[in-house]
Amino acid sequence: MSPASGRVRFGVVVFPGSNCDTDAHHAISTFPDATAQYLWHKDTDLAGVDAVILPGGFSYGDYLRCGAIARFSPIMQAVRDFAADGGLVIGICNGFQILVESGLLPGGLLRNMGLKFVCRYVNLRVENPATPFTHTCREGDLLRIIVKHNEGNYAVDPTTLAQMKARGQIVLRYADAHGKLTPAANPNGSVENIAGICNETFNVFGMMPHPENSVEAHMAGGTDGRTIFQAMIDSALGRAEVKA
Amino acid sequence: MTSDYVSRRADVDAAVKLGLTADEYAHICEIQGGEPTYVELAVYSLMWSEHCSYKHSKPVLSRFPTSGPRVLQGPGENAGVVDVGDGWAVAMKVESHNHPSAVEPFQGAATGVGGIVRDIFTMGARPIVSCDSLRFGELDEPRQRYLLDGVVGGIAHYGNCLGIPTVCGEVYFEPSYEGNCLVNAMAAGLLRADGIVRAKAAGLGNHVVLIGNKTGRDGIGGASVLASQEFDETLEEKRPSVQVGDPFTEKKLIEACLELLHGRLVVSMQDLGAAGLTSSSSEMASKGMVGLDIHADRVPLREADMEPWEIMISESQERMLSIVAPAKLAAVREVCERWDLDCTVIGEVTDTKMLRIWWHGEVVGDIPARRLADEAPIVRTPSVKPAYLVDDPVAVTDAGYPPAADLGAALAELLAAPNVADKRWAWEQYDYIVQANTMQIPGGDAAVLRIKGTPRGIAFTNDCNGRQCYLDPYRGAKAAVAEAARNLSCAGALPVAVTDCLNFGNPEKGDIFWQFEQAVEGMAQACEALDTPVVSGNVSFYNESFGKAIYPTPMVGMLGLYDDVSVHIDHSFKDEGDVVLLLGPDGAWIDGSEYQKVHYGRVEGRIPDVDLEAERRLQAALRAAIGRRLLKSAHDCAEGGLAVALAECAIGSGVNGGTRYADPEAAGAAGRWRGADIGLPEALLAAPGQPPGAAGRPDLALFGEAPTRVVVTCAADDVGTLETLLADVPHRRIGVVTGEDLRCTMAGNELFSVPVSALCAAYESLPDRLA
Repeated sequence: MSPASGRVRFGVVVFPGSNCDTDAHHAISTFPDATAQYLWHKDTDLAGVDAVILPGGFSYGDYLRCGAIARFSPIMQAVRDFAADGGLVIGICNGFQILVESGLLPGGLLRNMGLKFVCRYVNLRVENPATPFTHTCREGDLLRIIVKHNEGNYAVDPTTLAQMKARGQIVLRYADAHGKLTPAANPNGSVENIAGICNETFNVFGMMPHPENSVEAHMAGGTDGRTIFQAMIDSALGRAEVKA
Repeated sequence: MTSDYVSRRADVDAAVKLGLTADEYAHICEIQGGEPTYVELAVYSLMWSEHCSYKHSKPVLSRFPTSGPRVLQGPGENAGVVDVGDGWAVAMKVESHNHPSAVEPFQGAATGVGGIVRDIFTMGARPIVSCDSLRFGELDEPRQRYLLDGVVGGIAHYGNCLGIPTVCGEVYFEPSYEGNCLVNAMAAGLLRADGIVRAKAAGLGNHVVLIGNKTGRDGIGGASVLASQEFDETLEEKRPSVQVGDPFTEKKLIEACLELLHGRLVVSMQDLGAAGLTSSSSEMASKGMVGLDIHADRVPLREADMEPWEIMISESQERMLSIVAPAKLAAVREVCERWDLDCTVIGEVTDTKMLRIWWHGEVVGDIPARRLADEAPIVRTPSVKPAYLVDDPVAVTDAGYPPAADLGAALAELLAAPNVADKRWAWEQYDYIVQANTMQIPGGDAAVLRIKGTPRGIAFTNDCNGRQCYLDPYRGAKAAVAEAARNLSCAGALPVAVTDCLNFGNPEKGDIFWQFEQAVEGMAQACEALDTPVVSGNVSFYNESFGKAIYPTPMVGMLGLYDDVSVHIDHSFKDEGDVVLLLGPDGAWIDGSEYQKVHYGRVEGRIPDVDLEAERRLQAALRAAIGRRLLKSAHDCAEGGLAVALAECAIGSGVNGGTRYADPEAAGAAGRWRGADIGLPEALLAAPGQPPGAAGRPDLALFGEAPTRVVVTCAADDVGTLETLLADVPHRRIGVVTGEDLRCTMAGNELFSVPVSALCAAYESLPDRLA
């Protein structure tokens, strides 16, 4: 899949209550070979975009359960079809919650172990660099990115977890400054320090930390999030041979 | 045939029950030409409450400077507006939600955030920053921990959901706040300088449109019941007066209202805050010198059987009132529908100058809007100087104030004191990065944000030391303004405007009113001297429980500007070999200091006065040095004095890149702590005005407090240039950044030497006190 324009078109879905949609849009605008446009939750098609971002926030107030109402939005059927065709979809924070609620990713996201919202820099260890979202990294690389959530405690049944590990679906884990997977480095109690996962076909990716707040050198968030979007751009442009 | 709503008239007993005085009732009868209806009385009781009318404070507040070349909108609107250059402006405002938070901390604080954010976007501004100033009793009381937990949780719940970064704030703990915590919510927003929207009704025949949530019985009488009375044993009974917040609806309201305002689909807009529909409609009518007809029976309700007076004064959250020309109504409906928000025509603009309340075709209230909104009878309390005040600083005798035996231990004790300790526990619950403008995260002197698409930026801080204001309201309030400006200057920003939240006890008491007058005078003088006019604010009286008032707490929120935000710096030590300088005059006092409270268990004496001219010069020089990129760090000396300031600079050094705050784990592992070798001159203790006994007390040099002092560092090569720039500012080289210990000597004697990691452990110990 290679966009005719030479620039990757990202679609950022806006649900009522999304609040990192503008940050995702802004982040993409810092890449010369990408553009971003908003997709409204009541729309039924993706306007021909090359990649989809489900942004962070509190879609539908996160009432009932995070992401539980957003999955019924008209746009989500189009996202499901797009993913089934192999399109690149990244869900960040609330977007990750929507992906698990939609069944596009396995597992669930529970209330943080500390029972509080947590906004903090974390170190993410790259577990699988052979995905369209991480092929710009090496295994074991540490990315310093901010998490900010109340329900980021990833949980999944042991059988599925074993299968996910065997397939390489565990993409990012919370680690300390040395890359060790310690309980102290885990901000929310996620099983095995899991921070980001892919689906079986490696075109749908969910992560709790916010790479879109980590794309500019002079800002508080640093730049470690760029690599995720750069990987997506390169994949969409067919620059990268990604063997999952 | 008239209904009971019209035929039944309210007598003076009913008025007194609603918090009005007999005199005020007589005044109402005069205006109305007879006894008012119950609807009218309910409306008056709210609008003439202290909270809505400022009947005690108005004459005193006129002392504030409120104009200046950058001020586009001063006090009197929903928020003040300041020109920040390149066609951009910033709207800013702070408001108290003290009593609701004391009754129900989570919802009280949450709706405090909701209310202040509505004030900002009502002006046509996109809210870009939220800050909170909090006060509680001491943390060893379980109820205080419950209040802190609830308030911080409520702020997080609401602010995070809205996607507005909470980037600064302050929390203090003093016994005086035990029965009456303070929750002051501040917000600011960005708008085009030519796009200010004012809450003025206009256009005969235009529709009055209510947008947002349905109306229920929550918050009925909030302004009079909660905000304008002291607390006593009926605290629990007051719970039904607290509103419940729905941040999801507010988020939709922000988007929808900004779309309406930016698309010029509405004539004007006003949020429904204290006193609900009553205050918003009467204020809009009064400002526009028109009348409004409100059909209370058309208001969408959550509870079917509500009375007209309940509908008029309900404080249900997330509601906006707007004036819409008939031709634009369809477009307004379309926007609201897209955001799934109710949009209901409930009345129209008239030429009567009356607020007329209709109920099923009958007028049940008919009140001159101006009398209601702007002409509550002023109350003048004769002020009386409180008896507890003293004229002189305390004498630091060895008998009364024996010096701390172990100065390193005393430093650790101060760092661990809740007023000094790192508040990470609180601010990690806030999203401080959303909107991608944050350049400096919480934990430093000021929050710094960029303005996208320009080289410009803004800085924010809020400050007030209530203990110092208690010992001298005039000097304390002056010091609060000076400190706020100093904090902004430490980050390199030019202080330009103030929004204030004046928290005091019962203004009907002479000594409380004296505190209020003195504090306003001190603030006004400082604002004049430092060119920071007051553009908006809020007065919160009746902060008492069981007859005991809080410390006078005039909280100062301040905005700073950068032409080039890339010059901003933080407070942390950077590189081995950098030179440490102390800017400011010699002398430090124990009076009102954290050292006095923590180490000696006392609060007494008299705090020093700020020399505003010296303050202005110091801050100007500081900004000039930062603007020329000569400084690597700058930090204000506040609670805990010079030693705590130095320790905070060292603790802040455990960073992973310039603007990030310490990650102790990573910093320790990477060996990135920056300590310092500090040699203090004995002259620090020989300043004029020091009380007898101060000389020969190195502990005072370390922990004593004084205004107008800043610790800075610069590269060794730049010291000469820096000192030239500091020609008319007192300054001393006091040491060098080196090693991983903070070491202090005086005249060759070591005062203490402590590893920065140990200082950090003390500084980060707040969560242990909350367990």
